[in-house]
Amino acid sequence: MIELLQEYGLAYLYSDGTGLSGLAMTLWLFLASMVLGFALSLPLALARTSRHAWLRLPVQLYTFVFRGTPLYIQLLICYTGLYSLQVVRDHALLDQFFRNALNCTLLAFVLNTCAYTVEIFAGAIRNLPAGELEAAQAYGLRGWRLNLFLVLPAALRRSLPTYSNELILMLHATSLAFTATVADILKVARDANAATFLTFQAFGVAALLYMLLSFALVGLFRVAERRWMRFLDPVRG
Amino acid sequence: MTATALPLSTFAQAPRAHAHTGAIKLSVEGLHKHYGEHQVLKGVSLQARKGDVISLIGASGSGKSTFLRCINFLEQPNAGSITLDGQTLEIHPGTRTPPPAQLQNLRTRLAMVFQHFNLWSHLTVLENICLAPRKVLGISASEAEARARKYLDKVGLPARAAEQYPAFLSGGQQQRVAIARALAMEPEIILFDEPTSALDPELVGEVLKVIQTLAEEGRTMLMVTHEMGFARQVSSQVLFLHQGLVEESGSAEILDRPQSERLRQFLSNRLK
Repeated sequence: MIELLQEYGLAYLYSDGTGLSGLAMTLWLFLASMVLGFALSLPLALARTSRHAWLRLPVQLYTFVFRGTPLYIQLLICYTGLYSLQVVRDHALLDQFFRNALNCTLLAFVLNTCAYTVEIFAGAIRNLPAGELEAAQAYGLRGWRLNLFLVLPAALRRSLPTYSNELILMLHATSLAFTATVADILKVARDANAATFLTFQAFGVAALLYMLLSFALVGLFRVAERRWMRFLDPVRG
Repeated sequence: MTATALPLSTFAQAPRAHAHTGAIKLSVEGLHKHYGEHQVLKGVSLQARKGDVISLIGASGSGKSTFLRCINFLEQPNAGSITLDGQTLEIHPGTRTPPPAQLQNLRTRLAMVFQHFNLWSHLTVLENICLAPRKVLGISASEAEARARKYLDKVGLPARAAEQYPAFLSGGQQQRVAIARALAMEPEIILFDEPTSALDPELVGEVLKVIQTLAEEGRTMLMVTHEMGFARQVSSQVLFLHQGLVEESGSAEILDRPQSERLRQFLSNRLK
């Protein structure tokens, strides 16, 4: 165990000598996917609940496809599938983008978590009390102001518990990144295992690191819920 | 908490509001509304002068709430016209909602108080009152907050209520917050849609007391109500709707001396 940590401790935490690895890489994958997925999901959730079919249907198709297929397959298609297409290789910008494993992995993760997040937020938007929306309209809020100042804040607060769940699943899903040669926690653990045959210890350390991250995430959301969901306390009893 | 439940007889002893003779503020002509084949409003008209308090009464299904909601286009009327301060919105069969800018202009000048309060539950009382003045009228945060605190005080809520979320308040307090939210828009007319119908009986008085204060200040108000004693007390004009038409209208006197058989029946059916 001591040798394992001496040899791979740094790689588990942040660097394997060639670049970011382990915990730091997992955290980077997670944060980048979360931030980009969240930012994309807001307009898409509004489109998903729009009364205009031309806005609603494309988003519905997108979430259907990405929630209807395994993340691993999405990752394979982003990482190897797309690059096998001549069109992609012929296009200078696309070629550059898809040649990088981390880019492909992030793309798959962002599109995947965004699809789930869109449905979470869209569900919350649909469930907003009709009377509150009516009041907003009666007071002259409409269009983007209505969405920005009322609909989104109200829906996001109510989504916190389900969204935190999605983020924890998403954190654990980043462990697929090793299949695209990204040096995340699991990749380091596999390397350590292959070199030392200390299988239990190698994967045990990885599990502990994921658990640590999950606990931190749960803690953060508990604070957030206490702050932003207090308005529901009497209703929830 | 200063407001307490008041028996309705309290209002019967207060001075009666009188009809005003100022310029016509709001004029609604021949409003029609139908849902499919069902005619809810068959040409309802109304004229409000500055300082008028107009009560709309009638059995449920008579169209009184629909009429109120058509005035600020929460329901899209099918025909008729609405004139506010000389600016007319004509509604023709088949036309969609008025242009957004006109609609918004109308809505910022008519504030509404709902039966179920419809406060924004994720916002504190203060945020509820400040939201529309800030984001729709565009006044500054500090000015909006000053307004909010002024009107909270006016509806008799303690300053500490400002930081509460609506769900922590009683129904009567929530409705008073809703009235403060309407006042903070400094509207020309306030529309009340059965403001006390969702309240426990002992909480009705505190809300009516606030509305009465507003009436005495000379605010122009339209009110759909089932509180006949209160309507008699504060109204300068009463409209009795029956099956989508104004069956009888006049001063609050008509509640004591109804001319039409239907109003007589309607009044005798209530236990007051």
